[in-house]
Amino acid sequence: MSDASAPAVHHGPPTTFLRKHVFSLDHKVIGKQYYALALVAVFMGMVLSWLMRIHLVWPNSPIPGLQFLSKVGAPGGVMTPEYYLSLLTMHGTLMVFFVLTNAPFAAFGNYFLPIQIGAEDMAFPRFNMMSFWTTFVAFCLLVLAFFVPDGPPISGWTAYAPLSAVGSDAGPGLGMGQTLWGLSIFVFCIASLLGSLNFIATTLDLRTKGMTLSRMPMCTWAWFITSCIALLAFAVLLPATLLLILDRVAGTSFFIPAGLVISDKLEPHQGGSPLLWQHLFWFFGHPEVYIAILPAMGIVSHILINSLRRPLLSAKVLIYCMMTIGFLSYMVWGHHMFVSGMNPFSSLVFSFPTLLITIPATIMTLIWLGSIYGSRLRITAASLFALGFISMFVSGGVSGFFLAQPSIDIYLHATYFVVGHFHMVMGVAAIFGVFAGTYFWFPKMTGHMMSESLGKLHFWLTFIGTYCIFMPFHYLGLAGNVRRYSAFTDDFLVPLVPVHKFITYAALFTGAAQLIFLYNLIHSRFWGAPAPANPWECTSLEWTMPSPPPWDNFGGKHPVVYHDPYQYGVKSSTGDYIMQDSPEEAKVSA
Amino acid sequence: MGKLFAVVLVVIALASAVPIVMHTWAPPVDISTHGHAIDEQLNDTMVEAGLSFLAAQILLAFFVFKSAGRTSSDEIRTFPGGARVMVIAALVLVGTEILALGVLGQKAWANVYFKPAAPDALQVQAQAGQFAFYFRYAGADGKFGTIHPDKIDEGNSNFFGLDPANDVDSRDDIVTGELAIPTNREVHLMMHAKDVGHSFYVRELRIQQDFVPGLDLSVHFTATKPGKYEIVCTQLCGLGHYNMKAYLNVLSPEDFDQWLKQKASEQ
Amino acid sequence: MQTKQIFTGLVLSLVCPALTFGGTVSGKVTYTGTPAKQKTIDMSKEPSCQKQYTTPPTTETVVTGPGNVLENVVVYVSAGAPDEKSAPTQAVTFTQKGCRYLPHVLVMETGQELKVLNDDQTSHNIHPLAKINREWNKSQPPGSPPIVDKFDKEEFISVKCNIHPWMHGYFAVLKTSHYSVTGDSGTFSLPNLPPGKYTITAWQEDYGPMTQDVTITGNETKNVDFTFKAKPY
Repeated sequence: MSDASAPAVHHGPPTTFLRKHVFSLDHKVIGKQYYALALVAVFMGMVLSWLMRIHLVWPNSPIPGLQFLSKVGAPGGVMTPEYYLSLLTMHGTLMVFFVLTNAPFAAFGNYFLPIQIGAEDMAFPRFNMMSFWTTFVAFCLLVLAFFVPDGPPISGWTAYAPLSAVGSDAGPGLGMGQTLWGLSIFVFCIASLLGSLNFIATTLDLRTKGMTLSRMPMCTWAWFITSCIALLAFAVLLPATLLLILDRVAGTSFFIPAGLVISDKLEPHQGGSPLLWQHLFWFFGHPEVYIAILPAMGIVSHILINSLRRPLLSAKVLIYCMMTIGFLSYMVWGHHMFVSGMNPFSSLVFSFPTLLITIPATIMTLIWLGSIYGSRLRITAASLFALGFISMFVSGGVSGFFLAQPSIDIYLHATYFVVGHFHMVMGVAAIFGVFAGTYFWFPKMTGHMMSESLGKLHFWLTFIGTYCIFMPFHYLGLAGNVRRYSAFTDDFLVPLVPVHKFITYAALFTGAAQLIFLYNLIHSRFWGAPAPANPWECTSLEWTMPSPPPWDNFGGKHPVVYHDPYQYGVKSSTGDYIMQDSPEEAKVSA
Repeated sequence: MGKLFAVVLVVIALASAVPIVMHTWAPPVDISTHGHAIDEQLNDTMVEAGLSFLAAQILLAFFVFKSAGRTSSDEIRTFPGGARVMVIAALVLVGTEILALGVLGQKAWANVYFKPAAPDALQVQAQAGQFAFYFRYAGADGKFGTIHPDKIDEGNSNFFGLDPANDVDSRDDIVTGELAIPTNREVHLMMHAKDVGHSFYVRELRIQQDFVPGLDLSVHFTATKPGKYEIVCTQLCGLGHYNMKAYLNVLSPEDFDQWLKQKASEQ
Repeated sequence: MQTKQIFTGLVLSLVCPALTFGGTVSGKVTYTGTPAKQKTIDMSKEPSCQKQYTTPPTTETVVTGPGNVLENVVVYVSAGAPDEKSAPTQAVTFTQKGCRYLPHVLVMETGQELKVLNDDQTSHNIHPLAKINREWNKSQPPGSPPIVDKFDKEEFISVKCNIHPWMHGYFAVLKTSHYSVTGDSGTFSLPNLPPGKYTITAWQEDYGPMTQDVTITGNETKNVDFTFKAKPY
């Protein structure tokens, strides 16, 4: 792991249209392709959530036009219970896989990791191209599930067996759609493994002269650690989905025990274990949520340092915390299974590392907070979202305290408390990281500035809106509101519907606010003010190149790095910062 | 705008805390013998988590308020003690918190899961199947008949697949759609899944346990207050999941005996 | 000469309509022995349905009437009848009300339109467990339009609602229009049978089918009774 860079697998400049814009080997184009895919997926996922929220509050009312999306799922526009569950499943799958794994990690990571370490591209550009297009194939397989006769799958993004394994006997929504889901995830795993291999090889071998590991920016560290986690996690999900597909189409019984009677039929399977699916899935599933959040932590740290105009209290500690979180993430999967029927002693064993992971997360939060103290904080759309991330991460993380304890989980498991927890700590926080990264890096990626005032407006509406949506979820959970219900029809839950109404209005409002972001994105791409090379006065290598960068990043040259990326608050010829590739030494700090 | 962020954040943090402090939405009254330990744990955690939440948000707001808009003419200050203080604070505060919660909390868990059912507990079998719960009492002979999955005939009310023609033990089994139990007597609920995964959740009992196809699971509990409570399924089991419920009917011992006799006559 | 014959035929057909419309097979369906006790249905999980009943309803697997008669028995011509040219245009209706199916046994012809209505405040899902025809499973929330479908092949199809496990009924999909379902008198009548040899089948959902052959020569009424042996369980 020396800091001398090995030559990347060279590729010449793109000449044909296909090579330039479609099957590009350029990590920057691939990064933008991932971003575009995530953008499509997030808008789809958001629309699905609107439909779900509207149905929850007005279950027997027709939703005009829904019958054109699915005649069977919404006859006359009235959503059937199974179609609600289909939308729920697709919402979760799209968001976790195609948004949260794609945007902060694959999109920004692909674009900026090679640049930030001074490389001309990823270690394996062809693998890189394949990993995007494989992800695209996975996306198409998933979306295809909307159009099969039996509809999309209804077993949730977690696809617990035997419900997901036995097929249509268990009801509508468990036919071809569920098989397509399995295939989509199977293909997605392959894409992720290719991507992770690339990230790891690139980070270890392609760093330019002077770019020691400790001089890598925070986000590069986060992408590197994330790809190490992802390599093991997706390697487990891959065979697990294969076994599920085999149970569905090949008559195997990995997850299906004997003696099941479903819809008056005795199933022919025997010997399988539903808990096996849960263990395999969550062994992947828990690290997956850290795959979703760690890149955002890295991006936010990077932006925060730049916005504070001073180094963090300790970047090294932050990096060690991220590594610790990555390591511990493999010890805690059983906390999703406290009341699953596994040995109750295991539940206690799993709860300890789960509680323990609070410590590095707290250290990180305190370091961020402590770094803001005494800083020269610049408020931009990007830094607002970075600060918002810290707030969201705290709010979402604190509810984890409850769920980490098996005794409390007896009451809170499978309630809206869990839904509030993961939406805040993973969903909203990671999305805030993506927004922050977008506002920060858009000028570099496109050569245009985004509208700062629209960006700030977008922040306020989203920050307040997401709190209005997800904080009440915790109250509902405390009251005993069960999750994954398509309607609240019984005496216990009906009195809670007014809370759901409030949440629905907040969700629709916040969703509408995202159109401001979309408008800003598209308008600025074509008509935004021209962007200088370094509008934020940032020290890392991406800001040494023109906006947008040329196809070969550093023009065939290898940059030489003299500093870590935390040279802020110093008196220098450029102002209060020194670029990583500047040989200038910091004078006494300002 | 940094100062605005700080103010808005404090408002949001305090507003979020209000429903918690006011107990606007809280767990329903506990009717079990083991639940108070869980409730105590929940309350302790709420205090610690709540204080951490407020402290972090207010600190974030305060630091942003103070540092936003400071220019290069303002001196950059380092938090006293630097990163070391943060690491120690996290280790000490969070460390003790989680040790306390973890160690103390295991007792509440052990009460539910590590104690075996009392030998004289009322034995009831619960079967979860798309999309209803059915319950079985052993009848006068005290024995449960064998379940024959191939004989399940729901249209004929043979939910458990009993074979009274050939299986004598099953002839006096009492199958019901509601779970009635007497107060202050331990109930041992044996849980059988007919088709896919389900779960047994009674908020007031502070009990939640999955039904897993292929596994013989059980829970035991004692209810102290008569009344009608919902048993709801909390493990996604298909389209009817939202409508999968039964009622727990906690009766006085005399009323329970009468109810059981009535149900036996309806078999 | 020809005109006279035609005229005679026309007068006869006006005066004696029974001559052109054929014979009738009628009878009674009874049972011997003790049928299984019909169990009380516990609807406690669906209060909106439960409260529609003053006394809880019972299962309808074997519905008996005074005089040891069996209700809900489908009696039909299973062989010998000429092929139907087309399915009737009138749809048959299957209603979900009070969390039960009305009627419990619904007869329809192949290709005849089936309309399923939901009169309840709760969602139901209709799951005809067809083995010869295409099996389907559709939800019907309250307020959604009727479900319309049809079956192309002859089959006795068990129908269930997955949401309410006690809900059970049958679709008897027949090729013939000559059918009758016994009511509380246990009687059936199959009129308008042209002369020929026929097999009459009586089908009871728990006991299965019983057949008898009968020959119609003119427009007489032939009596065919069926007696099923009841099962105690």
